[in-house]
Amino acid sequence: MNRERFISELREALRGLSQSDIDERVEFYSEMINDRMEDGLTEEEAMAEIGSVESVVEQIMGEIPITALVKEKVRPKRKLKAWEIVLLVLGSPVWLPLLIAALAVLLSLYIVVWSVVICFYAAAVSLAAGVIAALVGAFGYLRLGKPAAALFAAGAAIACAGLSILMSVFCVWLTKAIVKGTGKVLLKIKRSFVGKGE
Amino acid sequence: MDIQLKRGLLDVCVLAAIKNKDSYGYQIIKEMKPYLELSESTLYTILKRLESADQLTVRSVEHDGRLRKYYHITDSGLGRIEEFKEDWKEILAIYDFITREDNRYE
Repeated sequence: MNRERFISELREALRGLSQSDIDERVEFYSEMINDRMEDGLTEEEAMAEIGSVESVVEQIMGEIPITALVKEKVRPKRKLKAWEIVLLVLGSPVWLPLLIAALAVLLSLYIVVWSVVICFYAAAVSLAAGVIAALVGAFGYLRLGKPAAALFAAGAAIACAGLSILMSVFCVWLTKAIVKGTGKVLLKIKRSFVGKGE
Repeated sequence: MDIQLKRGLLDVCVLAAIKNKDSYGYQIIKEMKPYLELSESTLYTILKRLESADQLTVRSVEHDGRLRKYYHITDSGLGRIEEFKEDWKEILAIYDFITREDNRYE
């Protein structure tokens, strides 16, 4: 293999790297070959010392840390072309409302979940209010000389109190569960983004 | 030689090769050949590492109608060699300790 072919094949084989990195490495090998020939070696001898393109690429890849390779792979291979930017800007009346709508749907779903929770809280509070009302009623009936009705009202007050306490406990549990769930969903979204990066 | 040990030696060897006089890639490889077989890709990586550590500087010199890169050692590079020498004094002392009982079966 002659020098020119080696250089062009090496350039081709290193295409995954950044342009400046490729240039510098190819230049380095080119200098190495030239210096060998200047030292009295023939072109064949010099090329034999350097080795095949395959073995050289293998060595180079062995020297580059995996993190650097990944980083290079993730980076977009080219800048956005002018017409693509124009298209993005011109298309914004279409994709921007769609994006906002999608976010609004997600937001309203979240609000719906919380409104259910708020309903349960409201129920707990009204049951507590029911306790007071029933107690007031019980005293009223007692004053009016209706012990049976007073007893019924007192029973209702106790029942309301029990339900209110149960409802409060349930509300607190539900709130905690939803907060935890939200965190988990957020984590999953984050993971899916990182996963795409790899 | 143990690969880890060799890796640590290579940086200092390259610095030593340019210690007295600026040198270029092939010259460095030739000078080190009797002691350490050094591939082009390994040398490239070492030179890059030493350059970013400010232990050497690079300049391109026109030579025979083409450019050749010369490497020049910095004060920090010279300091690295001195550090290496100090470390090896300690290692040699440990070596003496390790080999001191070689004659126990005599």
